Amino acid sequence: MSKGTIRVLQLYPRDMNIYGDWGNALVLQQRLRWHGYTPELLEYNVGDEFPADVDLIVGGGGQDSGQLVIQDDLLSRESTLKELAETDTPMLLICGMYQLFGRFFKTRTGSVIPGIGVLDVETHGTDERLIGNVSVSSPEFGDILGYENHSGQTTLGPGVRPLGATPKGTGNNSKDGQEGARYRNIVASYLHGSLLPKNPAIADFLIRTAVERKYGSFTPGAPDDHYATLAREHAAKRPR
Amino acid sequence: MLYFSVPLGKLVRRVSRLRGGGSALPGLVVEKIDPGFMQRTLSTLPLGVAVVSGTNGKTTTTKMVVELLESQGLKVFTNRTGSNFTRGVAAALLGDVDWRGRLDADIAVLELDEAHAVHFVNRVPPRYSLLLNVLRDQLDRFGEIDKTAQLLQHIASKTTGTVVLNREDPRVARIADTLDGPEVRYFGLDDSLLSTFPNDDDLRAGPGSPVPALPAKPHADVVLRRVGTDDADFEYDGGTVTTGMKLRGVYNIFNAAAALVLARCIAGNGATPTDHDGLLKALSRVAPAFGRGESLVVDGLPLDLVLVKNPSGFRLGLKSFPAGGYATMVAINDNYADGRDMSWLWDVEFDSLREGGVDQLTGSRAYDMALRLQYDDVAIGAVNPEIAPALAAFIQGAKGKPKRIFCTYTAMLAIRRELSKITTVEVVS
Repeated sequence: MSKGTIRVLQLYPRDMNIYGDWGNALVLQQRLRWHGYTPELLEYNVGDEFPADVDLIVGGGGQDSGQLVIQDDLLSRESTLKELAETDTPMLLICGMYQLFGRFFKTRTGSVIPGIGVLDVETHGTDERLIGNVSVSSPEFGDILGYENHSGQTTLGPGVRPLGATPKGTGNNSKDGQEGARYRNIVASYLHGSLLPKNPAIADFLIRTAVERKYGSFTPGAPDDHYATLAREHAAKRPR
Repeated sequence: MLYFSVPLGKLVRRVSRLRGGGSALPGLVVEKIDPGFMQRTLSTLPLGVAVVSGTNGKTTTTKMVVELLESQGLKVFTNRTGSNFTRGVAAALLGDVDWRGRLDADIAVLELDEAHAVHFVNRVPPRYSLLLNVLRDQLDRFGEIDKTAQLLQHIASKTTGTVVLNREDPRVARIADTLDGPEVRYFGLDDSLLSTFPNDDDLRAGPGSPVPALPAKPHADVVLRRVGTDDADFEYDGGTVTTGMKLRGVYNIFNAAAALVLARCIAGNGATPTDHDGLLKALSRVAPAFGRGESLVVDGLPLDLVLVKNPSGFRLGLKSFPAGGYATMVAINDNYADGRDMSWLWDVEFDSLREGGVDQLTGSRAYDMALRLQYDDVAIGAVNPEIAPALAAFIQGAKGKPKRIFCTYTAMLAIRRELSKITTVEVVS
């Protein structure tokens, strides 16, 4: 018998899904099942009605052109998303959505694309593209493995803390050796690959906080992470 | 300089082949000592140069164009597999010119990697170009697919005669708007077949979500109307013809429409009028190129190699080759030539493999593939990242069954090497 239903919302899967971000939604869906809960997968694209009773949100990376397409629509949802964030809705924000949940994105030519300011971060476009395999050591989640591909460089303000430090790869920017951002139940990161399959600790954090927020407590199941462990070991050995 | 650059280059080529080396070194040598060699040699061709580029299907399409043109009695120079860089073209030329540097050909049909094509066309403006598609491939090299589209746009802008474009790929079709020099021709697909070509923008668009309005499609010279098990219908010149096809996979047959458009343009500008029956006959005989849907024979049963390198390609591969009755292996490497980024595996649905499961997984990212299949509830036989023992175990375990291997590029090379020890594998020079 199901322990309860969790509604997972994908933000802009049409325009912001270039780096296998679908994998994150798939992993949440399957792991919810493996933990004994019933997932309900929703999606929100430009012009859609925003669904009610969302328990968990995932947003992905897009091309610069994709970001332009969703920009106005996202700004029109600012208050909704802020309220969800401030009431501890777990969210996973990758790459482009990480940037647009910040305060602004200043492009190389100097024009400023406003973000929705859920996260105290700012991003500056650069000519340098940061590409390759990454490992992050996180106090909260242990070693995080993934792949990065971005030219926007993000700096964290005092309102957020980094997800971790990068022994391999670049992360937020080419200066401070940090990757991603953490705020309330939000995990923001430049890592794809996809992020969640090889980092089940983050998937289970999102699931646990979603369930606790909705039902008060979480009783985990026992997912089989044998292949995830082996895939992590092999990924850690691959060159940058 | 001219007098000895060709003999010296040919010598380096011989030595490097004796050593079992690759094709780039002799090209590098001749480029260093005689930088004008490639341009000078190619400029002597009476019908000029045709460039084939795009993210997927270049090798097979180039092979088709060459064979179609040869059916029209033309002498064609081409670069074979593995040498689709400028240096590789120079090396291939060294193999075909005589000792005095003369090339006996009417036209050159060259497969060029998107990024290298840009350098090539700056030096040798092609008379024809055929631009196939911009799929989400090689993001680790180009960053964004829009960037890849810009590279193709540059090839088109340098083309002096005719640019042939894929009407169904919005990023490719849009290139037409940026051109004012060359003539533009299209190849197209019947609407009923469009759903078999999930484009990257539609990968995750849910049913019912609004679809952006598309502009009216331009007229295509050749339209693929239907794909059967071993034949296909093409529409051109106001009529529809049915022809047998040795090639398999909808994507290969769609590229046959592309090859037909280009070959018709070139042959139509040649000395002899186009022999349409000859073209169709040649098309029906084209066999897949090296590793692209090749069918080999192992233990008296077919073993198919299906090259996969991006989500659309893998989806098409799964759709084109039904899993029933086959033993299946998947080999995923993440070397430079495969693409380092594995994210794309998460944009392929593997439900079609659920019924029979996958017998063997291999390659440097075998465990990533296992993890992917686990999340799609596909049963997994064995996993071994080492290709040679994995292949041996797969063949041993699947006795009496036809086999199919989905593989990335460098995994395919390794598999062919191993297979050549037990069966006859087509050798490409």
